[in-house]
Amino acid sequence: MFKLSDEGINFVKKELARYETKRSAIIPCLYRVQKENDGWVSPESVSYLSELMELPEAWINEVLNFYTMFNKKPVGKLHVQVCNNISCCMLGARELTDHLCKTFNVKPEEISEDGKITISKVECLGSCDTAPMMQINDDYHENLTPGSAEKIIKGMLNGN
Amino acid sequence: MEIKLLTEHYDKKEFRFIEGYKKLGGYETLKKAFSLKPEEIINEVKASGLRGRGGAGFPTGVKWSFLPQNGEKRYLLCNADEGEPGTFKDRLMMERAPHQLIEGMIISAYAINSPKSYIYVRGEYNYPIKVLEKALQEAYDAGYLGKNILGSGFDHDMDIYRGAGAYICGEETGMISSLEGKKGQPKLKPPFPAIKGYLGQPTIVNNVETLAAVKYIIRDGAEAYRKYGTEKSAGTKLFSVSGNVNKPGTYEVPLGYPLMDLINNECGGMKNGAKLKAVIPGGSSAPILTAEEVQKTTMDYECLAQMGSMLGSGAVIVMDDSNCMVDMLKVTLHFYHHESCGQCTPCREGTGWIHKIVSSIVNGEGRLQDIDLLEKIAQQMMGRTICALSDAAAMPTLGFITKFKDEFEFFVREGRSKVKEVRAHA
Repeated sequence: MFKLSDEGINFVKKELARYETKRSAIIPCLYRVQKENDGWVSPESVSYLSELMELPEAWINEVLNFYTMFNKKPVGKLHVQVCNNISCCMLGARELTDHLCKTFNVKPEEISEDGKITISKVECLGSCDTAPMMQINDDYHENLTPGSAEKIIKGMLNGN
Repeated sequence: MEIKLLTEHYDKKEFRFIEGYKKLGGYETLKKAFSLKPEEIINEVKASGLRGRGGAGFPTGVKWSFLPQNGEKRYLLCNADEGEPGTFKDRLMMERAPHQLIEGMIISAYAINSPKSYIYVRGEYNYPIKVLEKALQEAYDAGYLGKNILGSGFDHDMDIYRGAGAYICGEETGMISSLEGKKGQPKLKPPFPAIKGYLGQPTIVNNVETLAAVKYIIRDGAEAYRKYGTEKSAGTKLFSVSGNVNKPGTYEVPLGYPLMDLINNECGGMKNGAKLKAVIPGGSSAPILTAEEVQKTTMDYECLAQMGSMLGSGAVIVMDDSNCMVDMLKVTLHFYHHESCGQCTPCREGTGWIHKIVSSIVNGEGRLQDIDLLEKIAQQMMGRTICALSDAAAMPTLGFITKFKDEFEFFVREGRSKVKEVRAHA
């Protein structure tokens, strides 16, 4: 059974009181659940959150399913999101994505067998002057080449 | 030449923190603002000719004056959901000059008599959010936010709201839905947010750059601000330049600045001396300009409208002749199809269909009549939906197929790109 940590429960209580309506706390609370649930939001964690927040499950599912930053299925420990929008594509983002998928033996949007990595193609991340670029978990990595991106990821995998 | 008004202190690290910001004149304009009546500030902003810097270009002072003259609680929302492909100027502003935005917001909130504001930041902008959170705390600690600010009798609270990945939340009513804790679907207008916005209350939504510009308009006066730019496009504008240039980045130039100068002077010219092929002048929703058109383009609202495109968010995407236009349209349309909120049929179905058709051309399965079909569908997607996303997908489609028709026809006929090999990607 999924449960938030005590710290997580306090966070939810604070967020519920922070905005003009309780409903506005759904996005921040889903982020918290995702953080404490290995990077994704499971159906059971939605039921749990609904009880904790005293809000209908349908409201939480509405938000969960609309926004792309909530993962509805498990993701790798490293969630590598390569921008595949126009400026990045002009400068080799798709070749970069292909290279990473091949190197780490994983299909786009899927989780690697060892659960360590997911590579996703995402829309513009607002860093077009440093194209091509990727986001790994919370951080941006910019001005990439296939080689430099591979090195960054390998470094992080070894560090884990 | 660059005119550094909003970006003057971008390179100074201390400008990001309250002490350094104050040393460089920060929060002095707020004091000045409190010596003025709210109507005087609104009039000054109106007189400055400032137009919304997020994309729509609506006159800011006029937007503010739509608020009802009554005691209803009104909200100020700062639109920091920067998502238009090619745009990154607001991210830089939040990272480099967070207090400049906060000061501009307090002044604007005072002008419209709003006790509460939110900065709605796109979810991916983790680092800017951290910088803003710290700056907000500093501003509270220094008494620039909270009760009776600087003894003015004006109370104001400000908070940050983190989005969760949806382009449509940059549309002001979509943003309001999102802030209300719902899916970010736009609402039918009228009523406009100034009458009935966040939680049904009067609400003003302004872009990051717009709100920061307010500070400079109040500091220097409308007349000084109008010295930059043209009659109908006053002031300076931040342009996010990306693509095949030597020095991509954010540049602040007066509106009316020649596009070729921006490319050659500020951006150091085309990368590897390549030949200019086309420029998308205002984010991926703006119809593309051919190299020939670029020569006579000045970066202001009226010139770009006249060229059949738009200034949009000021995202300039520069393309050299190695780019295949059929491929670029496919990438663009994938985005709009992905980001359509699904509410209106012409958009939900239309974005999917045009993306499918262009994809089939790229896959070598195109038919000659597909080009006409694309045009027909795009025409039918315009002006028929609650928000502008459908138009934002249709307009670049028409631009690409009209201006680079030969490339589309070649691709259909030969089953390959006229420009280069377009590989199928995973």
